[in-house]
Amino acid sequence: MTFFLQLVVTGFALGMIYALIAIGFVIILKCSEAFNIAQGHFVLIGGYLGYTFLVTLSLPIWAALGLAIATAVVMGLLIERLTLRPLVGQPILATIMVTIALATILGGLATLIWGAEYKAYHGLLPTITLKVGAISIPSESLIGLIVSTATVVILMLFFRYTKIGLAMRATAEDLQVVQSVGIKATTVYAVSWVISSVVGVIGGILLGGVSGANMELAEVGLKAFAVVLLGGVNSIGGAIVGGIILGMLENVAAGYLDPLLPGGGLAKVFPFFVMIIVLIFRPYGLFGLVRIERI
Amino acid sequence: MGSRFGTFHESYAQDMAVFRTRGDWGVLFAFLVFLSVCPLFFSDRVLTIMTMTGIAVISVHGLNILTGYCGQISMGHAGFMAVGGYTSAILCAKLGWPFWAALPCGALAAGIAGLIFGLPSLKIKGFYLIMATIAAQFIIIWTIIQLRSTTGGTDGLSVPRPAIGSIVLSSKTNYFYLVMAFTCLATLLAKNIVRTRAGRAFIAIRDNDLAAEVMGISLWSYKLQAFFIGCVYAGVAGSLLVHYFAFASTDQFPFMDSVWYLGMLIVGGMGNTTGAIFGAVALKLLDELVTMVGPILSAAVAPQAAASLALISHGLIIIIFLIFEPRGLHHRWEMIKAYFRLWPFSHEE
Repeated sequence: MTFFLQLVVTGFALGMIYALIAIGFVIILKCSEAFNIAQGHFVLIGGYLGYTFLVTLSLPIWAALGLAIATAVVMGLLIERLTLRPLVGQPILATIMVTIALATILGGLATLIWGAEYKAYHGLLPTITLKVGAISIPSESLIGLIVSTATVVILMLFFRYTKIGLAMRATAEDLQVVQSVGIKATTVYAVSWVISSVVGVIGGILLGGVSGANMELAEVGLKAFAVVLLGGVNSIGGAIVGGIILGMLENVAAGYLDPLLPGGGLAKVFPFFVMIIVLIFRPYGLFGLVRIERI
Repeated sequence: MGSRFGTFHESYAQDMAVFRTRGDWGVLFAFLVFLSVCPLFFSDRVLTIMTMTGIAVISVHGLNILTGYCGQISMGHAGFMAVGGYTSAILCAKLGWPFWAALPCGALAAGIAGLIFGLPSLKIKGFYLIMATIAAQFIIIWTIIQLRSTTGGTDGLSVPRPAIGSIVLSSKTNYFYLVMAFTCLATLLAKNIVRTRAGRAFIAIRDNDLAAEVMGISLWSYKLQAFFIGCVYAGVAGSLLVHYFAFASTDQFPFMDSVWYLGMLIVGGMGNTTGAIFGAVALKLLDELVTMVGPILSAAVAPQAAASLALISHGLIIIIFLIFEPRGLHHRWEMIKAYFRLWPFSHEE
């Protein structure tokens, strides 16, 4: 029972990080109807940025986080302006392929700058160990939980109370109405890319603190897709719930089934089984909008 | 459209023919002669590149029918290739079947895998279907690794060289002829499949699936047909790949290959048989360029520069084509031909 609870708790913390990454994906999708396959590579860049700022430059955590966010803002703006803006209104395959191409370019840049090596900065984040009964919560999980919860709350407030946040929600509802009342759609697109690259980078630093930075961080993006499919692609609440469910399921399944299967590595394919099952039985996820199509 | 001035078609058959004029037949003949004399003039290295390009062309033809014509985007094409490759590898290596019997079985197995993973396409499309096919890719590779006793898991599987009668196709030249024969046959079939009733149904489904259904096209039947045909092509390509290396390994079918096949389709021009060939050849040539330039760059800048150059150049080429030439090389080629045909006028009529 302790083993199970332990898996659930660490899975919950992991799930919050997944949720954070998935939110970045959902925001872009809602605002500009673009599916951002490169979300996982934002995480990758985040993980390596964390290494650069925390280890190479040995900055304190708040300065490292600030610099990483600043870099993410620039990255998001550049990506939106150079690649996505010319493709507004193009068929879905074009936007998907352009984000895939972006993903490979980001992967290539990470290889070029950091050499595609494993970079550990385990233990550099402050250590707080919490013990509840027999379950110990590792400090990385705890920090991940706190930072991702804080980010989610900040985003919620942003969408509820700021002007640009409200404009983004309006754009998600109806682009033409928004343009007719004088909101610049291009600004909304740019901000949505900035937000998702920032949350991706934050997620990357958190995951990097747990397992170190390496090229496999990009695969988290694929898990984020499973999360958004489970939660419903256009629901931020769904992304959070989906992230937590997937994080826990994955941890529990891997904990119990990995010793039984010869090759192991169930945690890697698990999201895809979830994906296929969701797609077959409930294609719009738990909280997604069911689209009614007309000719 | 496309023929020289003064070409008149007097019957329906003439109008629909793939090769309409003597000139077309001449070009075809010259090309076949060129292919058959290639081994006399080119080194083994060039032949290898051409063989790999031929295999890619076969695979991209399948993806073109599925994605370019039927509009069902698949990002798990390398996974379906793996099914075909492993099936024929296991039949040859473990059961001692001849290559000629194993290849169709591999193709069929890939087609059936395509049918299974194509089932979600009846309910979902666009991004959701992409996710389902990505899932297919990873699940297939994971399953292959799990079935260690039959597939050899991560160690891979040695495959005997294919043979016709007593001639073992072990040299690069022999295999080059084999792959080119398959490529030509696959191209001919692909060109003709899309001109049949099924091909027209695919196009209708791509352009508007609801409208197609209202017109009486069975989405259930035709979407699955597209998946089956596309994956049979993938199976043939996978099988040829595995037999070429005489070794089957999951590393031969990485996820990024699935992405590059779509990239080839975009670079070449989607929904066009010639486009599929253009795209496959162009990206394979880019690959070669990267392999040549990479080491120089690595020596000059940093050891990892070669690997990153490959990724960055592929990504950039796809972005550039999507933004500046979304209809692909095929469209550009048609424009160039039209320019010379019409010169000194700028357009017809």
